[in-house]
Order: sequence, then structure tokens, then C-alpha cells
Amino acid sequence: MGIGGNESVLASAVPARRAPGTCAGRASHPSLALPEHPLIKGGARTAAWPSLNVRELWSYRELLYFLTWRDIKVRYKQTAMGAAWAVLQPFVTMLVFTLFFSIFIGVPSDRIPYPVFVYAGLLPWTFFAGAVNNSSGSLVGSSALITKVYFPRMIIPAAAVGAGLVDLAVAAVILVGLVFVYGLSPTWSLLMLLPLVLLTTVLAMGVGLLISALTVRYRDVRHALPFVLQIWMFASPIIYPQSVVPEKWRWVLTLNPLTGVIEGFRSALVGREFDWPALGLAAGISFALLIAGALVFRRLERVFADLI
Amino acid sequence: MRPIIRVENLGKQYGFGGLHPAYMTFREAAAAAVVRPFKRVRRRRGMQPATEERQWALKDVSFEIEPGEVVGLIGNNGAGKSTLLKILSRIVEPTTGTFELYGRIGSLLEVGTGFHPDLSGRENIFLNGALLGIKRAELQRRFDEIVAFSEIEQFIDLPVKWYSSGMYLRLAFSVAAHLNTEILTMDEVLAVGDISFQQKCIDKVNEIREQGRTILFVSHSMSAVTRLCERVILLDKGRVVKDGAAAEVVGDYMGESMNVTTAVREWPDPQSAPGNEVVRIRRVRVRTGEGDTAPQVDIRNSVGIEMTYEVLQPNQILTPSFDLFNEQGVHVFAVHDVGPEWRREPRPVGRYVSTMWIPGNTLSEGRLLVQASVLSYHPGLRLHMREPNVVTFRVVESEGGDSARGDYVGAVPGVVRPLLPWQTDFYQTTDIAPNRSKGLSGV
Repeated sequence: MGIGGNESVLASAVPARRAPGTCAGRASHPSLALPEHPLIKGGARTAAWPSLNVRELWSYRELLYFLTWRDIKVRYKQTAMGAAWAVLQPFVTMLVFTLFFSIFIGVPSDRIPYPVFVYAGLLPWTFFAGAVNNSSGSLVGSSALITKVYFPRMIIPAAAVGAGLVDLAVAAVILVGLVFVYGLSPTWSLLMLLPLVLLTTVLAMGVGLLISALTVRYRDVRHALPFVLQIWMFASPIIYPQSVVPEKWRWVLTLNPLTGVIEGFRSALVGREFDWPALGLAAGISFALLIAGALVFRRLERVFADLI
Repeated sequence: MRPIIRVENLGKQYGFGGLHPAYMTFREAAAAAVVRPFKRVRRRRGMQPATEERQWALKDVSFEIEPGEVVGLIGNNGAGKSTLLKILSRIVEPTTGTFELYGRIGSLLEVGTGFHPDLSGRENIFLNGALLGIKRAELQRRFDEIVAFSEIEQFIDLPVKWYSSGMYLRLAFSVAAHLNTEILTMDEVLAVGDISFQQKCIDKVNEIREQGRTILFVSHSMSAVTRLCERVILLDKGRVVKDGAAAEVVGDYMGESMNVTTAVREWPDPQSAPGNEVVRIRRVRVRTGEGDTAPQVDIRNSVGIEMTYEVLQPNQILTPSFDLFNEQGVHVFAVHDVGPEWRREPRPVGRYVSTMWIPGNTLSEGRLLVQASVLSYHPGLRLHMREPNVVTFRVVESEGGDSARGDYVGAVPGVVRPLLPWQTDFYQTTDIAPNRSKGLSGV
């Protein structure tokens, strides 16, 4: 075939070259007018605690959406039951817990039917534990992205939390079913579920950021996490009501932000009075954890690409 | 013109001496924290060196790039090319220095990054686009264009794990090629795919160039670098060694890395110079028509290979000779002096300078190695001197259009590239009836 041969065509890429320095004949790129100030300034960091850079995070919201969507899509690809898994897991857990803790052991449940009681606890807990667990490995699992493309790294654990949120929404269907089965009359306080979910998300995000960043640096975290989560589960009033804890130790339980959240879930479902101080404390701790988590994340972020 | 990229004293240090703090486990970090104050005391007493064994992947790198420049980054493995691109792309943070970019930077660092095997081609286009910072609205608008460019329309809804590697690559490059940033970095990104795809890539790169966007191009293919880039920065062990016109810097680099650094070779001491009692060679060099020594010659210009030798015995009939070999070791030609002047003439003792002239538009692009010899054919064949790889030079094609390449942009194969006259005769009648050719195309 003569010209073109078997060599890489690319090796000799370009058309006839113009004399160096001349730009004649070149159309100018639409945005070629240079801005006054650099769009991107970088360099060795001087401040130990960098800013959170929320604005940049916001500009990458589409990526968050796509990564969340990818996580969900991939999770249920090639599974026979698909998203039914998101329902099945907490549902079966609820049945087992009801059997053992309510029927066999007789754990009290504040006059709420035990299945509703335990499911209202399992729902936020499953979301929280899943989100923290997934974000823990998320950065290490995304090393291909981190070492090759720039984007705010927080998007990765955030997407792991976001994907859990979708599972939560699916699993909430059972909750609605339970409410009807047990003939609980829904009240306006059901609307409180939304801010409660938001609060759980804030908490999961804060812990997720902290854990994911630490996992990059200390892989030990991965081994410690399941164990820590198990203790955390028993330190949250999921299978038991807050009222079984002796009065003088109850404040310890309240320091766990999930306590306020879970009890809040139950109050919203059965229309009982909310424990506002506990909720306020939970919110305060959750937001503080979010900010602390984000700061630690930003601080450790700089070495991610070197470490992963 | 104001620069679009400004880099000042950029440095990146990786720790290899002992445990880098970042690689420690929790326990080790805790142990180190306990030991640290003691270390500090010891250091103050001069018992321990202050600096640990650390490796600079990049050191004191400064340069400016103007908008529209296409700049090649070359150097051996580990020279810091990719580290530099990664710093500019904000993937890793420098240890020292600063940089400013007066435009958005897009990276073709690794095509297909973020592709998920279980997602379909369509889904991956959107995911990948989001990763590269292309807005969804723009992706939607250019979706058909991207798919058409990748030539995998019929497979676009299949998971990419079922794609062949070629299809995968085409899809990935298509998305990246539609990045609309002012600065684009490419790291060996074009060294893949089959010929027809590569040609498409070249066209795309040219399109990007023509739009006046700035390209940072990393490659180990020197011919790609010289053809694509006007300017080349040579890095060695993390430092900028040379920064200048492409052909010049590449030439320097090639000479160095091939261990033949010279277009001229001299033997100041006659005793050790190659040869025998009849003739000794004193100098060989590659020269231009103007007489300058030239490690680099334009493909269109003639080049002279010059040999300076001393004849030590009278009445010898001598024939100087040159052999040229290309980079692949192909013997391009063997030529000896058949000029009438000294062909059968016994030579007096003295110094001679013989030059063989290779006309322009004869050699192919690339590096050539010269072997010099001096022979006698009379009375019998005798080899007085033979020196392989005595000098080297590079034939480059730069500002062009009037070489044998014509309008073709790809790699031109062949050991030589003569510019030959063509003749075309025209006849108005034809044997091929139009309807017959139509019938054939239907088969």
C-alpha cells in the first residue's frame, strides 16, 4: 500500500509545520482571551488546615450525581432480585430481631408494636452503618480515578453515602406497610422523617469523611471498623428502648447522636411527643462531626494520590 | 503575549529513605511520635544527619508557556514528566513552588479512567464526561458526535466489559477528545490503537492545535514529538535540562541516550588514530553546505560527510568510502569516491579532506550512523582503515510542504525518500463504462 506502511501513523502526526512562532491561519479558541487572574493557582501548601472550598464542591455536583448513580446501578447489575435486596435485608433482620428479642426474650418497646419499633431503629442504622462502611473503602477502591483525574475528593465518600440514601428510600416502603398493618394512624409528625433522614445523612457524611480519609493513611481502620460499628449498634437504642437504660447512665446514650435520631424516627411514626433537647444535641454533634470530618479530610487529601 | 501556564520552582519530593510518615501504620506513627523528641536532641548534638534520604521527582522546575503553544515533554523514564503533568492537573501536590494556569486544564492522562465494566457505553460516556468536567448539557448536545467519532454506534448500549480493547479505547478517546478546555495534557495517549484510529486521533489533535489551544504532550516517540511540537522541554532526574526548539532538543536528547553524541570526531594524536602505516584518519564530520558541523539536517538540504586523513607513504592509490546505516541497522548505502581526480592517481604524502555530498531529498527521516573506511583497489584490494559508527546525524523534516512527503501527514516508510519527477498523461476516452462500475460497486 506504499505510503502509510506498517508503522504507527501517529509517530509522524502533523501536517506540514508552520514556521515556529507564527500563528497565522489559526482560528482562535472561543475562550482564548486570557483572564486577568489565574483560574487555577497551585503550589506547595502552607496552611496546615486548608479551607473547605465548598464552592468548588458545588460546581462538581453533577459528578456526585453520576457517581452515586453508578454505585446504585452497579450494585444491582446482574442480580436476579435487583433493588429488592435493599428491602429484603432490613426486613429479614426485623423478623429475626422480633422473633428473638420480642417473642423469646420479651424486650419492652414503649407500647409500640415491636416490628415497627425495631424497624424504625434498623432503617436509619442500616443506612448509617452501610454508608460508613462503603465510604471507608471508597477512596482506596477509586485509586484509578484519584491518581488520574482531578476533582474534589470528597465527592467519592459522598457518593457512597448518597447511594445508601437511595437504599434507605427503597427500604422505607416496608415501614409504610408496617404502619398500615398495625393500624397506626399517620399524623403530621410523619413529616419529621425527612429532616431526620437529613440529620442521619449529615452524621453518616461526617463519620464517612473521617473514616475514608483515615483508611487511606492507616489501613488498620478497615479491620477496626466492623468491630466499632458493632459496638456502636449496641450503644444505640435499636433493639431496646432508651427507657431500659438506668436513669443515671442515660446521658451517655444521648451523647450518641443516633439515639436522638432513632427515637425521633419512632416518635414521627407513632405521633408521640419529640424529645427536642435530645434531637438538638444529636443535630449539634452531627454537624460538628461533619465539619471536623471535612477538615480532617481536606488535610489528609493532599497526600491521597501519593499514597493510594 | 502573556503566558497561559506559569511554573515557578516546582519541586516534588517522595520519601524513600526509611518509612515515610504517610506509609506508617497507626502503631508505627505512635511509636515515631514517642521517639521524635529524642531524635531531635540527638540531631542537635550532631549525632544524626538532619536530612533523611529523600528523592526529588521534580526539582526547581520553572517555565512559561504561551497560549497556543504545543510543548513536548521528553526525558527518560523517571525524569519527572508525568509528575509534572500530575501537578499541573492538580492530582498531586508539589512539595515546593507554585504554578498558575490562566485557563481550564483537561487531561488525557489516561483515557478510559472511571469506565465501569458493568455499565453500557452510553452510561460510561456520561460518567466519564462528568469526571473530566464536561457539563451534562454539553454532553447531551454532543452525544451523537462523540458516538459517531468512536464508531461503535451499534454497541453503545452494551456493557463495556463486552467490548474489544479497540472499541473500549475508541470510546474512551472520543469522550476525552471532546473536552473543551484551553489547556490539554496528553501522556502517551496516542500510542495506542490501530492505524486508522491513530489517523483519526492525529486529525483530532490537529484540530485542537488549529483552534489555538495549548497542548502539553508527553511521549517517548521522538518522531511524534518533533512533528507535533514546536517547543520541547527535556527533563532529566527531575530538572529541566533543555528548553527550546523541538528538533534541537530532541536531537540533543537522542544523541545523549544513544551514546553517540557527536557529529564530529577527531583524533588529535596521530599515533592512536585509526589507520595503518599508509594512511591515518584525523577527523570525520557531518557538515552543511555552509561548512558548519551539523548534528541535524533538514531533509531538503544536502549534507556532506567529510573525512580528513593523512597519507604517510607516497604513491599509494587510495579510495575513501562511507557506509550509512539507519536506526534499524539497515545498510542504507555504501559509496566510495569514484571521482576522476584521484581515482587511479598515486597520491603524494600529505593531508587530504574528502567530502561525500548527499543531495537533499534523498535520505529518510531519522538518525543515521556513518562508517568510514579507506581502501586500495590497486594493485590489489586492501583495507587500510575502517571505523564503524564514527559519527551520527539526524535527518529531520520541519517546516514543510515542499519535500517528498507532499500533503501526507503519516509516517512515510522506506529507507530512502527521494523526490522523484512524476509524469501523468491524460486521455479523454475510457474503457470503463459508467454503468459497469455502478454494477461492480453493488457486488
